[in-house]
Amino acid sequence: MIIILTEGTNLGTKSRDDGRAFDELRPLTIEAGVLERADGSAYLEFGGNKVLVAVYGPKESFIRRFQRPDRAYIRCRYNMAPFSVDDRKRPGPDRRSVEISKITAEALQPAILLEKYPRSVIEIFIEVLEAEGGTRCAGITAASVALADAGIPMRDMVVACASGKVNDEVVLDLSEVEDKDGQADVPVAIMPRSGKITLLQSDGSLTPEEFEKAVDLAVEGCQSISKVQKEALKNRYGE
Amino acid sequence: MNIVPEITRKSITDLINNQERADGRSLNDYREISLETDVISKAEGSARVKIGNTQIVVGTKSQLGDPFPDTPKVGVIITNSELLPMAAPEFESGPPDEHSVELSRVVDRCIRESRMVDLEKLCIIEGKKVRMVFIDLHILDYDGNLFDAAVLGAVAALLTTKIPKITLEGSEIVIDAENKESLPIRDKALMCTFAKIGDNMILDPSIDEEEILSARLSIGMTESGKICAMQKGGATPLTKEEIMSAVKLTEEKTKVLMEYLP
Repeated sequence: MIIILTEGTNLGTKSRDDGRAFDELRPLTIEAGVLERADGSAYLEFGGNKVLVAVYGPKESFIRRFQRPDRAYIRCRYNMAPFSVDDRKRPGPDRRSVEISKITAEALQPAILLEKYPRSVIEIFIEVLEAEGGTRCAGITAASVALADAGIPMRDMVVACASGKVNDEVVLDLSEVEDKDGQADVPVAIMPRSGKITLLQSDGSLTPEEFEKAVDLAVEGCQSISKVQKEALKNRYGE
Repeated sequence: MNIVPEITRKSITDLINNQERADGRSLNDYREISLETDVISKAEGSARVKIGNTQIVVGTKSQLGDPFPDTPKVGVIITNSELLPMAAPEFESGPPDEHSVELSRVVDRCIRESRMVDLEKLCIIEGKKVRMVFIDLHILDYDGNLFDAAVLGAVAALLTTKIPKITLEGSEIVIDAENKESLPIRDKALMCTFAKIGDNMILDPSIDEEEILSARLSIGMTESGKICAMQKGGATPLTKEEIMSAVKLTEEKTKVLMEYLP
């Protein structure tokens, strides 16, 4: 399944490193149900990013101190393959992946009906097989599809996308080069039906006006990506 | 290891005693195999291998490093595997456990002892600088027989690996990232894994068969038919006859597996 998103309006924009318009996403494909053992799974390619997500649960939580008497908790692990980046990454968690795991769990949590499963755990494993800028957003978008594939009841999907500032211009969906050379990076996750924001980070320098523009652009990007998520689930399960 | 219901154990064993298997294969058949190479562009070599529903992505990367003091003239190959918690409900995150360590050591042995890669050609400055090639096995879906899939993927990744050209100008090491070259490959090796269930040895055990096997035997063989690695697993002994017939079958089956390689 290959879906190429909006060509972009290209009105009075400076050219970007890879020739995209300021509001143009990289090509995106999502496939649901790609793993045999996991309860739910999704594979996503977004530009040069390749991300695989598996979901297990809800199942009994064996770690007592994490158990909640009134709801399930989410255990999320974001991990990068050693061969996913230019210089080999040492296997195992580092400070960056621990932080991303935490904010990913928090971004997904509001959408999941955790109260249905007291004392349980829902495990989300995000594997970045290849990284090219924007892996945390790719991970959240794919995780949401994997959760749906696992049949976990949700209020809404969660979809994530970053915007940022490159060459003094606010643009959508930074590539790896733009992220490195850019002035700011704003990853945003939303629940597309309500438009509520479940993840927000900002790294760099923006005026409040630029920030507002960046958030608007990212939300717009999320809405387009949300359509691809739905397609992936329809392809797997029919209309 | 999971607890297997006695009824499952009995039905699988009865089938095999009857020369049949739950998925319809004969005792000496592989499940469907698929192999793609160059699947990760940031890796120097990569492969995605599937045997049945078992799925592994392998990536290779090279860098410069110091040789081991006892082998100053040869390069280094390091094999590492991660049994990702996504691959099976019983896998946990954390440092590699004994299964993961065994897997990477057996794959490493198969590749090293087959002398597949000419490690002396990976030496840059004797005793000071050599190339280190990392083979990372990323286990995505565990449905039995990781050994054969891992060796197949690792060998395919090595065969397609392109490393930057390195030249010496005086005492300066010049790394030319624009010009890539293949690894110095001399031979190829692959592995066949057998499980003893009931009175029979079966090839390519699935997850259900692996959970009830009484003994396991993995045999690595080069293209020229030399045995380069072996590993017996499971707490039940094997007879010499069982082992020799497995060796004989490996000769035949590695030839078939070779055809999947790029």
